[in-house]
Amino acid sequence: MKPFLGLISLIAVYALAQEPSDTEFNAMLQRSLRTEGIAVIQRMEQDPTQLFCSDHALISSPEGSKRAQEIQHSNFATITPPSDGVFIGDWKRGESIAQNGRGGTWSDSGKGVSGGGCYNCHQIDHKEIAYGNLGPSLWNYGKLRGYSKEVIQTTWNKLFNAKASQACSVMPRFGALHLLTEQQLQDLMGLLLDPRSPVNE
Amino acid sequence: MCLGLMLLSSSNPIFAQTSADDLTQYREMLINSNPADLYSAAGEEKWATPLGPNQVSLERCDLGLGAGKLEGAAARLPRYFRDTDRVQDLESRLMTCMSTLQGIPERTVIEAPFGSGPKKYMDEIVAYVASFSRGSAIEVRTDHPKEQAMYAMGKKAFYLQAGPYDFSCASCHSQDAKRIRLQELPNLTSHEGAAAAWGSWPAYRISNGQFWTMQHRLNDCLRQQRWPYPVYGSDLTIALSMYMAVNARGGVYQAPGLKR
Repeated sequence: MKPFLGLISLIAVYALAQEPSDTEFNAMLQRSLRTEGIAVIQRMEQDPTQLFCSDHALISSPEGSKRAQEIQHSNFATITPPSDGVFIGDWKRGESIAQNGRGGTWSDSGKGVSGGGCYNCHQIDHKEIAYGNLGPSLWNYGKLRGYSKEVIQTTWNKLFNAKASQACSVMPRFGALHLLTEQQLQDLMGLLLDPRSPVNE
Repeated sequence: MCLGLMLLSSSNPIFAQTSADDLTQYREMLINSNPADLYSAAGEEKWATPLGPNQVSLERCDLGLGAGKLEGAAARLPRYFRDTDRVQDLESRLMTCMSTLQGIPERTVIEAPFGSGPKKYMDEIVAYVASFSRGSAIEVRTDHPKEQAMYAMGKKAFYLQAGPYDFSCASCHSQDAKRIRLQELPNLTSHEGAAAAWGSWPAYRISNGQFWTMQHRLNDCLRQQRWPYPVYGSDLTIALSMYMAVNARGGVYQAPGLKR
């Protein structure tokens, strides 16, 4: 009796979960979306990382964990150190970059610089109480981890391309996809890793 | 000083809690004067007023339960319609009625800016129709193969990552108790989250003083996702609605609601 019922519910789930074909799905997207301002339709062309991270079933399979390693490797290869060799910028400018969530939408002009939107997802300076919690708290970031070369390198890598250490991290690839300038990344590094930054109070 | 610091750091989640409580209080205060009801009242009048080249009202519009039958109709959408041979949500179905009954081309509504002209007309009609489902159970089905296909399409679209920020709907809406800044994010993969979210739109938004239908809500989600622009009433928006509505099945349709 029990296995039989199990089979029925399995069939029901299968009927619901039956995947549309790629052709059908892409045609649906094509007729549903259009370019508006800087948000061009070409944004729907996925790179291998996005393609992999959209496949919910694959990610959680053994094949998926193997694939995740490859994805991380290819993202790691995009990371370049600061051109002037300076990792730690101005924490004050870093704070305003972290506060600013503008950029990249069809209502943005695309002129001028974008923000990092860091407070959308992270607690950073605890004086800012309007912070999101999709990412971990970064309060006392440097104070807790120390200011070693390794910590500095790991943090730079994370900001530059979060997918190098976690294939399907929710964090955008700020350096690799040119969402922030090198100077902005250095300033965010300052916010997190300058001992004088209020984050490390 | 030390106590002050402790209070500050430990009070953050409490602050979020308080802001939700305040909203509940504000909602209760406005329970008999929800600004959405003004839209609904305007919609009632417009529903019965002849319009368009054909000078016909919407009173014979079939939202799935028969011509002019509004009781519980919104709580059963999206659904498959034989005459159009497609799955439609409330807004896209109303566009069909405007086009077939009144002779107003769908693109008149699709191309209009939000909040004025034909879109405002749509907002008011949506509020009116939704008010006939307030308090009833969300009963969106997947009996028809096209309804099943639409659900599957919506699920796939929900997890689709694209754009310069690599965002999908799932980036923000697949875990419990998450926030962007102080804005709470419903977990749309869970029944509870989907019911709370799907069941509360269309709604009047206190923060910007605007009435938003689910089409408008989705439009702004996709904007923040850094995606291209979703065509009003397009299959992508209906597929995502189908995904939410089916996950929400059995929950309470509370719209037209009141939002932060």
